[in-house]
Amino acid sequence: MQPFGLSFTRALGAAAMCLTIALPGLAQAQQAPAAAANTFDAVRSRGQLVCGVNTGLAGFAQPDSQGVWRGFDVDYCRAIAAALFGDANKVRYVPTTAQNRFTALQSGEVDVMARNTTWTLSRDTSLGLDFTAINFYDGQGFMVKSNLNLKSAKELEGATICVQPGTTTEQNLTDWARANRIRFTPVVIERLEELVSAYTAGRCDAYTTDVSGLASTRSAQPRPADHTILPEVISKEPLAIGVRQGDARFADVTRWVHFVLLAAEEFGITQANVEQMLNDPRPEVQRMLGRNGGLGPMLGLNDAWAVNVIKAVGNYGEVFKRHLEPIGIQRGPNALWTQGGLQYAPPFR
Amino acid sequence: MSDLTLTTAAATSPEAAPRTPPASQIGLRGWLRANLFSSWINTAVTLVLAYLIIRWTIGFIEWGVINAIWSVPENQTQACRDLRGVGACWAVITEKHRFILFGTYPYEEHWRPALVCLLFVGLYVVSAMRRFWRWELALVWVATLAVIGVLMWGGVLGLSYVPQERWGGLPITLILATFGLAFAFPLAILVALGRRSKLPAIKALCVLYVELIRGVPLISLLFMASVMFPLFLPEGMNIDKLLRAQIAIILFAGAYLAEVVRGGLQALPKGQYEAADALGLGYWQKTGFIILPQALRLVIPPLVNTFIGFFKDTSLVLIIGIFDLLTAGKTAIIEPAWQGFGIEVYLTVGAIYFVFCFAMSKYSQDLEAELNRHRRR
Repeated sequence: MQPFGLSFTRALGAAAMCLTIALPGLAQAQQAPAAAANTFDAVRSRGQLVCGVNTGLAGFAQPDSQGVWRGFDVDYCRAIAAALFGDANKVRYVPTTAQNRFTALQSGEVDVMARNTTWTLSRDTSLGLDFTAINFYDGQGFMVKSNLNLKSAKELEGATICVQPGTTTEQNLTDWARANRIRFTPVVIERLEELVSAYTAGRCDAYTTDVSGLASTRSAQPRPADHTILPEVISKEPLAIGVRQGDARFADVTRWVHFVLLAAEEFGITQANVEQMLNDPRPEVQRMLGRNGGLGPMLGLNDAWAVNVIKAVGNYGEVFKRHLEPIGIQRGPNALWTQGGLQYAPPFR
Repeated sequence: MSDLTLTTAAATSPEAAPRTPPASQIGLRGWLRANLFSSWINTAVTLVLAYLIIRWTIGFIEWGVINAIWSVPENQTQACRDLRGVGACWAVITEKHRFILFGTYPYEEHWRPALVCLLFVGLYVVSAMRRFWRWELALVWVATLAVIGVLMWGGVLGLSYVPQERWGGLPITLILATFGLAFAFPLAILVALGRRSKLPAIKALCVLYVELIRGVPLISLLFMASVMFPLFLPEGMNIDKLLRAQIAIILFAGAYLAEVVRGGLQALPKGQYEAADALGLGYWQKTGFIILPQALRLVIPPLVNTFIGFFKDTSLVLIIGIFDLLTAGKTAIIEPAWQGFGIEVYLTVGAIYFVFCFAMSKYSQDLEAELNRHRRR
C-alpha cells in the first residue's frame, strides 16, 4: 500500500496545479463597455444587447421549457435589439434579483434593465440610473371569488380582506377605504402562501396586492376563472425601463422603442400588417415607419427601425395580449389614452 | 473363544442428529421476536409504527404512481389540476426535466452539459478508488476540468460559444461544489497549519481570515461578491458573476474546513510531533509524512459533514441570480400553466441532491473504516 502521506502531498500539489491552470480560464473577465458614458456605441460595436431581466416572474420574464426567455419585459429587450440591429435575437439575458439589479446596471454588467422596477424619485436620483419609459402601470388591486358577482371594488363594503402586514399594501388599503367610506375587516397574515390559502379557503372575501401579483396567484389556482381581479387600482407602481445615467442617446432609443409600440397600436399597425402599412397615407405613420422625415437617423438608427421593432414583437397591445392577458391581467390603466388609459406616445415628427 | 461384541447402547445407537433451536428463536421469526415484539411496550410501538408506515406508503404510492399523470399534451395542465391533489402531476417533470437539469442552456446543445455531468460523476468515481490515488490522477483532473470548460463555453472545435449567463441547473451545482471544495481543501490545510504556526504574522493572518469569514453568513459573502465587489472594480472591467460566487464559496468553505483540519491536528498526540523531530525531518516532511496523514484520517467524519453541507449550500447562489439546480426547479414552475406543481419538482430536485449527498456519506464511511483498520483490535 502506498503511504497515505505521500499520495496526499501529491494530491496537494495536484490541486495547486489545478488552481493555477483553471483560474485564468475561469477569470476571462468579460470586457464590458469601455466607458459607461457611451452605452450606445458600446452596444452597437458589441453587436449584442445585454438585457437585465427578472429571474422569473410569470408573464413578465421567465424561461420556457426549452430555456428560451419569454415575457412582457423580455419582448422589450427584443424590441430594443430589433431597433438597434434589425434582429430581435441579438440579446443576451442576464437574470437579476431584486438585490443585485441596480449594481448590475451601474457596473455595466447589463446595458438596460427591463425588470418590473418601480420608478421612484430616490431610485431615479441616487442610483446612477435613468428611467426612460413606463411600460407597465402596476398598482394595488383586489381579487375576489367570481361567484360574488362583484363588478367594482367599491362594492366591498363590509368585506373581510386578506392583506400582508407591514407593507405599503396595508397602508394603501386603509387609506383607500377611508377615502371611499368603506368599512372592512382586515385579515392580516405575514407569509404569502398562508395568505393565499386563507383567501382560497374562504376566510376572506377579497385578497389585495399588486395587480401583477394577483394575476399570477390567480393563474396558479385550480380554476382561475373562479376568481376575478377587480378593475380598480388604488396605488401607483409604475414599472419602468432603466438605463445607466450618462448616455442620453441610448436612453432615447429605449424610450422611443416604447413609443413605437404604443403608436403602432394607436395607428392599428400590427406584426402582421406592418408591410402593408408602409403604404398608409397618414403622414405620421409615414414618418414613424421611415418612409420620410428621417426620424431614425435622428436617434442614430436606420430608417427601418420602427418597422423592425413591430415585425419583431408587434404593437403594445399585441405584446400585452401575448403575455399578460393569459395570466388574467386586464389592460386597466395600461390601455391607450384614446381608450381612457395612461399609455400615451408623443408625436412622431 | 470369546466373540465379544460391543453392543453397548452407546456404540450401537446412531449418532444423535444435531437439533435445531426452536423455530421461535432463529431466523426471521426469532429476530422479529427479539427486536420488535420482546415486550408489550415494544409490540405496541411496533404495531403503531407499522400501521403508520404502511398507511403512509400506500398513500404515497397512490399519490405518486396510481393516480399520477405522467404527461399531458401541449402544456394543457387542466387534467392535472382536476386531480386536486389526489395524484401527482409528474407531467411537470416530463415537460420541464431538461430545464431543471440544464437551465437556460441552448436547447439543441443540451448534450454538452449532460456530458459535463457524466464527466463530473466519472471524475468522482475514479478519484474515490484508492487504486487510482497516484500522481497521474492530478493530470486526469486537469484534463477533465479542461474538457468540461471547453464543453460548457464552447467557441472552439466547432462548438458554438455559450456565455456563462446561460449555464444552469445541475452543471452549475456540480461546478460550484467541485471547484469550491477542490480549492477550499488545500487552502484549509494551509490555513490550519498557519494557525498553529509559531510565526506571529502568519498565525495572526490565519486567525483573522478564519474568524472574519466564519463571522458572517454565506449569504452576505455572496452579496458582497455580487453587489459590492463590482463597484470597486475599475470601470469597464467586469468579472464574471459565476466566478465571483465561486470565489466567495471557496473562501467560505476554506474557513470552515480549516477549523475541521485544525481539530485533527490538535487531536494528534504530541509524541508524534516529537518523534518526527527526533528523526530529523524538516517541517514539510514532518507535516506531509507524519502529521497530516494521521490528522486528516481522524477528521474524516466532520470533513465529509462539511463537504455535504457545502454541496447543498451552493443553492444559495439563487439570491444573486444564478440558476443552480434548485433555482432552475423553482423557475420551472413559474410559467402559469405549471404553477402549483411544486411538490413534484421539489421531490425530484431533492432526490438528485440526496443521491449525491448519500454517495458522499456512504463513501466516507467505507473510507473511514478502511483507513482506520489498524486501530481495530
